[in-house]
Parts: sequence; structure tokens; C-alpha cells
Amino acid sequence: MLENVRLSFQSIWAHKLRSLLTMLGVIIGIAAIIAIVSTIKGTNEQIKKNLIGSGTNTVNVRLTESGDYDYEMEYSGLPKGIPTLDESMRQSLQDLDGVEDASLYMSRTSVDYIYYNSTALQGGRLIGADSHYLNTCGYIMTEGRHFMDSDYTQYRKVAVLDKTAAGSLFGDESPVGKTIDIKGEPFIVIGIVEESSEFEPVISSVEDYYNYAYDDSSSSGCVIIPDSVWNIVQQYDEPQNAKLLADSTDSMSSVGKAAADLLNEAVTNKDVKYRAEDISEKAEENEQLSATTNKQLIWIASISLLVGGIGVMNIMLVSVTERTREIGLKKAIGARKNIILGQFLTEAAVLTSLGGIIGTISGIILAEAIAKISSVPVAISIPAVVIAILFSMMIGIIFGFIPAVKAANLDPIVALRHE
Amino acid sequence: MLLELKHIYKDYLQGKIVVPVLKDINISIEEGEYVAIMGPSGSGKTTLMNIIGCLDRPTKGEFFLEGESIIDYNENRLSDLRLNTLGFVFQSFNLMPKQTALDNVALPLGYAGVPLRKRKEIAFQALKKVGLEDRVNFRPSQLSGGQQQRVAIARALVNNPKIILADEPTGALDSRSGIQVMNLFQQLNDEGVTIIMITHDANIANHAKKVLHILDGEISDEPRKGESLK
Repeated sequence: MLENVRLSFQSIWAHKLRSLLTMLGVIIGIAAIIAIVSTIKGTNEQIKKNLIGSGTNTVNVRLTESGDYDYEMEYSGLPKGIPTLDESMRQSLQDLDGVEDASLYMSRTSVDYIYYNSTALQGGRLIGADSHYLNTCGYIMTEGRHFMDSDYTQYRKVAVLDKTAAGSLFGDESPVGKTIDIKGEPFIVIGIVEESSEFEPVISSVEDYYNYAYDDSSSSGCVIIPDSVWNIVQQYDEPQNAKLLADSTDSMSSVGKAAADLLNEAVTNKDVKYRAEDISEKAEENEQLSATTNKQLIWIASISLLVGGIGVMNIMLVSVTERTREIGLKKAIGARKNIILGQFLTEAAVLTSLGGIIGTISGIILAEAIAKISSVPVAISIPAVVIAILFSMMIGIIFGFIPAVKAANLDPIVALRHE
Repeated sequence: MLLELKHIYKDYLQGKIVVPVLKDINISIEEGEYVAIMGPSGSGKTTLMNIIGCLDRPTKGEFFLEGESIIDYNENRLSDLRLNTLGFVFQSFNLMPKQTALDNVALPLGYAGVPLRKRKEIAFQALKKVGLEDRVNFRPSQLSGGQQQRVAIARALVNNPKIILADEPTGALDSRSGIQVMNLFQQLNDEGVTIIMITHDANIANHAKKVLHILDGEISDEPRKGESLK
């Protein structure tokens, strides 16, 4: 076997230019595939990194109406047929597979009734949260303290601000301990939270912007108060939403769907339903979109491999004809059929494997070049490299088979007489 | 009896016409014999040689090698016979042009499954036997015709065959190289190797102890007049 490989290299080396031209089809095909696969992988890894980078894995399950719009209390009023979600529901949400923590909350968007002295919070968000909420959002406490159980049981009017809200209400002042005004009621600020600081997605397209940056809670500030005091400033029986903390980025979609299904069981109003929205779903759509286009590219590149394989077969047939005398002699002095077959199959496989290796290297260089020029991230996939080289070897064996059989079946008498 | 052909017939198809090439050939050769098969072109001597060399199968007849009938042997077993029992020497040497003398001689050892290191040693001994130990790393193009034929003989010898088959071994050589090759055959025969040689040259055939004449596909007892001419 090893000797066959050595012989193959000898004969490939003996016809350097011819071998290179024969390999060219395989080289181009493999290079194209490696470049495409690296680009897909790079893009997907970038998307994943953006998600994991957020460190939160938070799935928001919101009440929506007529399709995909969030249910807006301001416009639609109190909805009918909505269950009141209590602690037991929260517990069953938390018991779902892949859920680390679950919380229930009520929210109003674009509120204009939160003041500190005469400064108003413009277009902010007010959230009535249970004690799990801060955890499920993945907030980091930068100042002050979390809500305590006594805040809920004693109906304390306290508030936690996110960094944006704190900034627009207080400027450079320290907010903790200060009193803000929500619909005329005084609330004491007890803490400041911040989204996980590693969340720095690379925004390179409009889609990325909508996926990662567009989030109204972080864009114009968010004030969080205990849900026990919610009805002091708002109405009773407001619809509740859920926020879940998934245990991994991969499980976000399934967790969201399961939670929405569970919540929808009790919804009797046909116009509204709970719907999970998570960024991984959007990201996956993007991933799938790019994967589909790239799959088509891979098919096109495969045609080049097919053409390359046919080229290999052609040259191997020429080689068999050229070496008819050699084959005849080898058979005459006692080489079995299998030895001749093995020799030519090995030669074809070595030829295409060499093409595969050169193609892989060219593909990696190509991918790096693409990364430099177009800022598309690139990740070299080791399995893809191994598969590419094995695949090119397979092409050699498949397309070398007919020539090798032809060689092995040569009649030594005729072959020896061949000039 | 080392080799025995009984009532061998060989027909070729030319289009739809059956052309008989060998008709009722009966030959028996003992171990250690030195036989020349003589005949003009088209007499069927090469066909006979191919059958003896297990390269071709007769249409009809019986063939015993070392007492065993090999008529029904499959292709692999015939390959093994060619590898181990028979050694071929061709008119045109048939050496691998890009390989050294040593590698050429070592070629059959590879098919016999001899480990790589041992091959070089055995091949070197075979080259030494034909007097080319100082030419081991020469390529065929760097050797004279006579030297090339001696490399080919070393290759034929390397698996210690019982029989050496030579097809016009001196046909492409000048007379001096031819004599060297014939002396080598004589030496091998003295060591007990059976030699079967095909030639149309009476001078060469005279080196053999027994001469068989073949004409029109039949072994004839009497040499015909002018037979040594082509």
C-alpha cells in the first residue's frame, strides 16, 4: 500500500504539468467549497457570539394581538378572556425543560408620567415585576439593591431603574435613595441595573440592527417597580407577560414555544395570544437564509468537483494506454490483477487527495481574503477540511475505478505487444 | 517430469474464420533440460511459448506443470505460477525505464510479498550473479543492450524459478552481447535451472541440448532446409 503511494508520487512527479492540470478541477471545487463553508460558519458563529455575548438567554413571552403586535393597554384597554397568572403558573413555567428561571410582569410602554423633580422620562417603559424579574432579564446590579420580599409584602413604593432611565432622569446625580414621581405617586429609587456589559454585538447590516440593537426597554429607559404596588399607579387585572431565562442560547426557541403554548391554554379570547419572541429565533432565520443560499453555492461548486473527477478519469485512461506495456510486463512476471487495480486506484486517489489538499489550502486563503475585503467573518471548520480531503480522495477512487479495471483486465500478451 | 503438454490445440478467431495455430502439440521437458524451440515467423512458436508461460490458455489439450494439471487454474493461480515457477526473458528486455537496475530486479519480489529491506538484498545477489553488481543504481538508458538483457535475466531469476522462458533473448543484441547472454544461460542451466528458449536463429539454438522444430503449428522431427532464415 505504502509502496503504491510512493509509486503514485513518482508517476505524478514524472508528469508535473499534466498532474497539476488534472488536479485543477478538484482544486477549484474544493477551494470553493472550503471558502463557502468557512464563510457560512463564520457568519453563524458571529450570530451566535452576538447572542451568547448578551449573556442573558432571555426569552420574552408577550401577549400579542391580531398576529404579531404587542398588546397595547393604552389603545386596546383591558382584554377579555385573559387568565390571571399566579405563582403556581410561574412555577410551572420554571419547570419547563431548559428553563432556569421564570418571571411574570406587567408593562406599559411610552409612558410620560415619570418625573424626577421637573425632569420627565420620555418614552420610557414602566414594568411591574415579580421578584424573579431582574434575574430573568440578566441585569447586573451596579448600584443599590434588589427588590426584597418585604418590599412586596409591605407594599413599599420602591423602584429600580436601568442605566438609561437613571441617566435621563438624574444626569450625573446618584439616583439611589432619591424619590421619583410615577403618576403622582412617590417611589424611592433603590437600585440601578445594567444589561450585561459583554453585550456588544457587531452591527454590520440593518438586520443586525433590528436583531440586536432595537429593543425599546434599553433604548429609552426602563423603570421597574414591584408588581404588588402596580395597581396603585395602574389598573387592576392588567394582562401579564412572562420572561424566561433559558439555560442555553440553543434552547431559547424551544423554551419560548413551550412557554407560549402553556400560557395560551388558559386564553379564551381568540383575538389575543401569547407569543414568544427571542432574538435567537430571528438570528436562526438569518442563519437559515444564509445557509440555503450557501447550500446552492455548494452544489454549484460540486459540479466543478464532478468535472474535475471526469478530468481525472480521462487522464487515468490516457495513462493506462500509455503504460500498457508496463502493465503487460507486470502481469507477465506475476503481478495479480488486484495489484494492478490497487496501483491505479491509489494513483488516482493520491492525485485527487493532493488536489484536495491544495484546494483546501487555497480555499482557506480565499476565505481569509474574503474576510479581509468584505468584513464577512470567516471560521475554518476542521471537520469540513477533513471531509473535503476525504471526499476528494473518494472522487479519485470513484473516477479512477474504470481506468484501473481497464488496466487490471489487460491481456498481458496483447499488452506486451503494444507499442 | 517437470512440464508436459499433451495434445495441445490452439485456435484463433479471425473475424468468423477459425484459424488453427497449434495442432496436436506434445512436448515433455525434464527438470534441468535446456530446450530450444525453433521455427520461422508464423509457425506458432510464440503462441506455444505463451501457453508454456501460462500467459495464454490452449483451446484443447492437457498441460501438466510439476505433475499438476493447470488447465483449470484461475487467473490468480496462473499469476502465482508466473511469479514463482517461471521466469521470463523478452527480446526487448521490457525494463521499467525510470527505475534503477536494482528496483527493476526487485519488482517481482514485491508481488511475492517479500519485505522491502530484504528485497534489495535479494535483488543485489541476483544482479551479482549476472555480473552487474557495479551497475545496481544505473537506469536502463545508462546500460548497454547486453547489460539490460542481463538485468532482465536477473529479474527472471530473482524468485528462484524452476524454468526460465526466453523469447528471442538475443534478437536485439549484437553478437558479442548475445554470446555473453548465452554463456549466462549455460551457467544457469549448469546450476540446474530448466531453460526453454524460442529462436529462429540456428546458431543460438545450437547452444541448447535439445532442439524442437515447429512448423505450421506442428512439432516436426526434421529441421527443414533454410529454416534459420526468416
